[in-house]
Amino acid sequence: MIRTLRAAPTLLRVGFSEAVAYRAEFLVWLLSTNMPLVMLALWSAVARDGPVGRFGQAEFAAYYLAALVVRLMTGAWVVWEMNFEIRQGTLAFRLLRPVHPLVAYAAENVAAMPVRLAVSLPVALLALWILGGRHVTHDPLLLLLFPVTVFSAWLITYLAMAAVGCLAFWFESATSLFDVWLGLFGIFSGYLVPLELYPRWVNDVSYFLPFRYMLAFPVELVTGGLSRPQALAQLAAQQGFVLLLLGVAAGMWRLGTRRFAAFGG
Amino acid sequence: MLRYLRLLGVQFRASLQTSMQYRVDFLVQGAMSFFWMAWAVVPLLVVYGKRDRVAGWDFDHALVVLGWFLAMKGVLEGAVNPSLASVVEHIRKGTLDLVLLKPVDAQFLVSTAKFAPWHVVDLAAGAGIVAWAFSRMGTVPGPAEVSAALLLTACAVAVLYSLWILVVSAAFFVVKVDNLSFLFLSIFDAARWPVSVFTGFWRVLFTVVIPLALMTTFPAEALLGRIHGTALVAAVAGSLGFVACARVVWQRAIARYTSASS
Repeated sequence: MIRTLRAAPTLLRVGFSEAVAYRAEFLVWLLSTNMPLVMLALWSAVARDGPVGRFGQAEFAAYYLAALVVRLMTGAWVVWEMNFEIRQGTLAFRLLRPVHPLVAYAAENVAAMPVRLAVSLPVALLALWILGGRHVTHDPLLLLLFPVTVFSAWLITYLAMAAVGCLAFWFESATSLFDVWLGLFGIFSGYLVPLELYPRWVNDVSYFLPFRYMLAFPVELVTGGLSRPQALAQLAAQQGFVLLLLGVAAGMWRLGTRRFAAFGG
Repeated sequence: MLRYLRLLGVQFRASLQTSMQYRVDFLVQGAMSFFWMAWAVVPLLVVYGKRDRVAGWDFDHALVVLGWFLAMKGVLEGAVNPSLASVVEHIRKGTLDLVLLKPVDAQFLVSTAKFAPWHVVDLAAGAGIVAWAFSRMGTVPGPAEVSAALLLTACAVAVLYSLWILVVSAAFFVVKVDNLSFLFLSIFDAARWPVSVFTGFWRVLFTVVIPLALMTTFPAEALLGRIHGTALVAAVAGSLGFVACARVVWQRAIARYTSASS
């Protein structure tokens, strides 16, 4: 534990330099998160002649720009990295190091966050400038909670990816399974369409799935769609999912590494 | 010409055999295609649950566009993307020499190197959705509409392929283009909506810069009998220009290639 903490600054520094070194690729990667903008264009066309539910054009803009910011901040890529390293056998190098590989992967992801912030901050400021403060929550407690919910959303994303990535210990490739996860995420997180606009049962089910807490919860919180009690209840559920997925990911890692045999070397 | 057709057959058979080796993956991918098909209809259902018409498109007409989108995505991921991804690998490793040395046109050889056969399911899914839309409308497209739609689809495939060749040609200059293809795929996703939904910047981007409109909206309009003759001619001329441009860029790029291995 202490060893890991001592290594943390170095791990973060390495990760940060990687993100900066591959900045062109990183930028292209970030640009490919354009779905919220396309959906915003679409819903603006739909809402041109009257609001949809409680969503007018401005509400859609606030929702999708917030979704873009949350999505940019919570990106992780560990599933592809693990899949690749397990198949190539290069995971062996990580296993030799005195830091738990899941922590090392996490450090790489966290270290890229300042770069992500540099991209998403202009989006957030632009949204504030265009839409004014009307569509941001005025509750100081909720505003303070927003970064916490975004970080927890990242934790859920990361841990779920790590858990699916561990499947590569058993199957040839875990990435097609991850596609299913992404598909479910698209619908049940409110990434494609705000959850309120689905039939009621989708919204009801979403409270019991991790996806809502990866995107819709922070977005609704910051755009003022939640009251204080609602927000706190969802925060509790979010933390519950973080703990649950932490257990699952760590357990699967432990089982998986027992099976792991490195090739080459 | 005959030689090239025979070569195409050989390449295709090789891809089929390779992908049949991974039977579980094959089945999973097939099942995934159905999953994505259902997934693709969801946003459309939500939008049209709130409105009868969006930007002049009702649900049935938008379904035709969606059908085309699924089919084109199948073409892209099944026939275009895998081959050209392997070119990038060749360039990085320097093994493109082996392709260039063969007495066949290099562009032909690299673009037919690899197919992902299970994406045939996507074509079937697209056709199924289009059929569903027409049965809901209770009409059948006439021969003129069908042939216009097929012509435009051929143009669309040609443009899609040329765009991809342009992306791959970039690999000769910057080597790492995996991300670029990922970016393109994410932009291509917007093609599931009729282009008239978009306004301003997006409209220009999707009709002129990256002609997504040509790939899904135009063929669907042709099948629905909503397209003008001039638009048809412009589309064909435009795509021929695109193909020629891609060919020139490819040849320039390949002239610059210096093997990485030696």
